[in-house]
Amino acid sequence: MLTDLMKRELLAEIDRTETRQAACIEALQIVQRHLGWISNETLREIADFLNMTPDELEGVATFYNHIHRKPVGRHVILVCDSVVCWIEGVEEILEHIRATLHIEPGETTSDGLFTLLPVQCLGACDNAPALMIDEELFTNLTPARFDEIVAAYRDGKS
Amino acid sequence: MAVIYIDNKPYEVKEGQSLLNACLSLGFSVPYFCWHPELHSVGACRQCAVKQFRNESDTRGFIIMSCMTPVEDGLCISIDDPEARQFRASIIEMLMLNHPHDCPVCDEGGECHLQDMTVMTGHVRRRTRFPKRTYRNQDLGPFLNHEMNRCIQCYRCLRFYRDYAGGRDFNVFGIHQRLYFGRYEDGKLESEFSGNLVEVCPTGVFTDKTFMKHFTRKWDLQTAPSICVHCSVGCNTIVGERYGTVRRILNRFNREVNGYFLCDRGRFGYEFVNSELRIRRPLVRDARTAEAQPANKAAALKRVAQILRKTPGLIGIGSPRASLESNYALRKLVGPDRFFAGVSGAEQRLITAILDSMRKPSVLSPSLQEVERADAVLLLGEDVPNTAPRLALALRQSVRVRPMTLADQLCVPRWMDHAVRLVVHDARGPLYIATPYRTRLDSLATKTLRGAPDDIARLGFAVAHELSTDSPAVAGLSEEAQSLAHEIAQALQGASCPLVMSGTGCGSMAVVQAADAVARSLRKTGRPAMLSFIVPECNSLGLGILGGGSLEDAVERILKGDAHNLIILQSNLFRRLDRETVEEVFEKIEHVVVLDHVANRCVERADVVLPSATFAESDGTFVNNEGRGQRFFQVMVPQGDVQASWRWIRDIADALDKGELAPWTSLDDLIADMAASVQRLKEVVRIAPAADFRMTGMRIARESHRYSGRTAVTAYVSVHEPKPPQDDDSPLAFSMEGFQGHVPPAVIPRFWSPGWNSIQAVNKFQSEVGGPLAGGDPGIRLIEPMENVEKGQEGAIVPEPFRPRTDACLLVPLFHVFGSEELSMLSPAIAEAAPEPYVGLSPEDADRLGLRDGNTVAVRWDETELTLPAKIMDDLPGGLAGLPHGLPGLSGFVLPRWGKIRAK
Ligand code: SF4
Ligand code: SF4
Ligand code: FES
Repeated sequence: MLTDLMKRELLAEIDRTETRQAACIEALQIVQRHLGWISNETLREIADFLNMTPDELEGVATFYNHIHRKPVGRHVILVCDSVVCWIEGVEEILEHIRATLHIEPGETTSDGLFTLLPVQCLGACDNAPALMIDEELFTNLTPARFDEIVAAYRDGKS
Repeated sequence: MAVIYIDNKPYEVKEGQSLLNACLSLGFSVPYFCWHPELHSVGACRQCAVKQFRNESDTRGFIIMSCMTPVEDGLCISIDDPEARQFRASIIEMLMLNHPHDCPVCDEGGECHLQDMTVMTGHVRRRTRFPKRTYRNQDLGPFLNHEMNRCIQCYRCLRFYRDYAGGRDFNVFGIHQRLYFGRYEDGKLESEFSGNLVEVCPTGVFTDKTFMKHFTRKWDLQTAPSICVHCSVGCNTIVGERYGTVRRILNRFNREVNGYFLCDRGRFGYEFVNSELRIRRPLVRDARTAEAQPANKAAALKRVAQILRKTPGLIGIGSPRASLESNYALRKLVGPDRFFAGVSGAEQRLITAILDSMRKPSVLSPSLQEVERADAVLLLGEDVPNTAPRLALALRQSVRVRPMTLADQLCVPRWMDHAVRLVVHDARGPLYIATPYRTRLDSLATKTLRGAPDDIARLGFAVAHELSTDSPAVAGLSEEAQSLAHEIAQALQGASCPLVMSGTGCGSMAVVQAADAVARSLRKTGRPAMLSFIVPECNSLGLGILGGGSLEDAVERILKGDAHNLIILQSNLFRRLDRETVEEVFEKIEHVVVLDHVANRCVERADVVLPSATFAESDGTFVNNEGRGQRFFQVMVPQGDVQASWRWIRDIADALDKGELAPWTSLDDLIADMAASVQRLKEVVRIAPAADFRMTGMRIARESHRYSGRTAVTAYVSVHEPKPPQDDDSPLAFSMEGFQGHVPPAVIPRFWSPGWNSIQAVNKFQSEVGGPLAGGDPGIRLIEPMENVEKGQEGAIVPEPFRPRTDACLLVPLFHVFGSEELSMLSPAIAEAAPEPYVGLSPEDADRLGLRDGNTVAVRWDETELTLPAKIMDDLPGGLAGLPHGLPGLSGFVLPRWGKIRAK
């Protein structure tokens, strides 16, 4: 369900664009920020709100990796798997994540805390390997550093 | 013209076109996928690569996409260059990475553009060893099968469905190697043009689901050129047959008419030919109430002769869905003054008015292609997407004509599709729509008007008056309507190819006259006005040319006791007149002979029923809404005693010892007779080559040279191979023996060329790619404006404004592309797509009557009472109510008329 708050935010976005449809990417992001992910029902509602067909909006939603069309954990870990991170040893980090969180890319931990997703380039090649949790970037990763970061989130960081 | 060099040889080609277009027109085989002659270039697939050289001394050159390169003088390219070849082979190898390689079980196999291109590039071995990505397919409804694994991501489907046809329930999902072309969720594709995906998709992702039920490879189909019978546009089709049943309909390119596309009613409506309801043997009834007995041909004809001899006073009722030839034969048998067009007086008056209008000077009835080029359109009263779907698709393109100049200003070639769409964006040329209810073109309209037929006509007359004061003024027009009329007049006057479109859909003479008035007034301002009318059936205009009284006139003759015997040609009177009247006719008349293909209520009441051939089993001529006479050809020999109606009529004449009335042994005899006696049909002989036409001494083969099982198909009956059936009516042969090459356009039975097995082979049959067929597009315009028949606008009276009544609603017809047409409704796929009967009510009237959506209501007039669920239509003006035309239980009355509505 789109709440009044969400609708207000959507309308503010719509105000800045020429047509309602043009606000669709922002709209998906706004709603995802509130609900964590975009369910089929939510997608229909947003589409209606923007005078789009669900087919049209789904084309946009599935084009962007960061629009989640399936439920995700409380925190989303985006691990860069592009070439510089690979050279700098991202495979070791991934292996470590598998071993400690017991999830594969695309999966969510059983406590619902973390979802692991691969991503192509976070723009931090100079400090590779890199990953991002929610909106925060972490660089120069090592397994030990990863454990520290995760522990902080477990302790209730944001 | 420009001179370009291809592999060091000079060629003269038109400047400005795309290089791919030029190469294909020159006959070179450059492979391509995303480019389509009607959808143009986007450069998405990289398959059309060739090498370009800067100048004569450049020996290295560089790879370019031929579909994205404009032709310029001196352009120097190589198609054969080893690097370019290698590049093209790699592209196809890449496109095939995930392809399931399932050609043997794929319905596209044997006529697949992907197969053709793969062979053309020489990619023969799969090297990749990784798993293929696979998809779940969707259920897209009764028309199309979906097999996404075969997709090569060329985007053609989307570009046709969304960009060209305006469909909004289809899209591409995902990104890079995970693209999915489909719907948001399972369900029927909403666009009435979805069937074109079968031909647009170069692979087997979208295939014909009705064809799948009785699948046959392209090379095993017996095919013939035909004309769609499901509306007045007369799209050209190719009918495919195997084992005595029609298997599918494909588009038959005709630049002037349907171009590359058909509507779904035309593509999937064919199944009625194979229907269980078909009549295949003559039926004879001893008494009206007796059970009909099957009879052989001789016995049935004997009975007909007996009946017709006993009592004098024979009349004949013709049909707008029967060929010119069959109607003419009946008219000849009974005599012109005893021949009646099988349509209501109201419809006949409209058709006559339309024919008169088409013959008045200086205003042209446009071909569909000309409609596409119109740069300002006024649509009066016609729900085009539902009554003449292919024309609606043409109107969709016409709104892009004006904004196209934006692209010209930026020097973006018009074929650069993606760039042009970015430039044009949402800009649209003027399109004004005035109809009683919303149409699917409304979203493209500059402005719309909702009104009763009379109000629509008033708007038309007001526009005409704005353009020329010779046209009568409209008294008492609202300020709003006045300013709309002014705006429309300005738009039409400011256009270089303005078009007025109307038709019989409103059942209103005032609307037809108003459309005529606008076009005439426009002409007076010096504009080259086009005026297009849509008529109810595939041969409504042909029948109109033959003339004859209306159905009511026939009824009057019968009830007066002036006619005792009746021959009904391919018409179910119960659909055209109210039940009581038809019952009365059957009471009064002594004998009825019906010629038709499928069982219907008239057939159930006839004394003798003679099984008529459908379009697939006979040859003949239809006149489409443009006035174009077009020939359709028999694709198969019908089972049982089925034969063309005109042959039955000839046999009846013979049985009556009146053979001199029908001295025809072949279609050509009949056509020659008709052309000689009906002045306006004298050109009909020129429509297609006569039956004695031969290509290098041979007939044209209906079967491909690869047709298999010829000697085995009837082996279960006899191991001796039968002689192929004789065809006295056309230059085509029911055989694979015969001419297989290029033939005159009117008799092309299929598009095929060596190396080009898919429908894309049509490239090889055109004078230039995308242009007219080599030898000229088939069909002959039979109705042209005549300078010496000035009929002026006499009789055109501006109607009074519509006044709603409190005790009744004006019932207007609502059209449904799937459901309103008689024959296609006998096809299961179309019937599945048709809505349930209902009555449409305006919100005002619903409120007044205390009705809500879904409530059961009674609709009553005279003796008729219909019980229907109510559907509230927010677009319907107060005082109007709509009845869906032709749905089961909703035919047999003439609209518009007043009816009382109450809750039940
Ligand atoms: S479905 Fe067919 S037309 Fe559409 S992108 Fe795939 S191959 Fe091309
Ligand atoms: S537009 Fe009319 S003639 Fe053309 S395919 Fe459709 S029903 Fe047939
Ligand atoms: S046909 Fe030229 S890139 Fe696809």
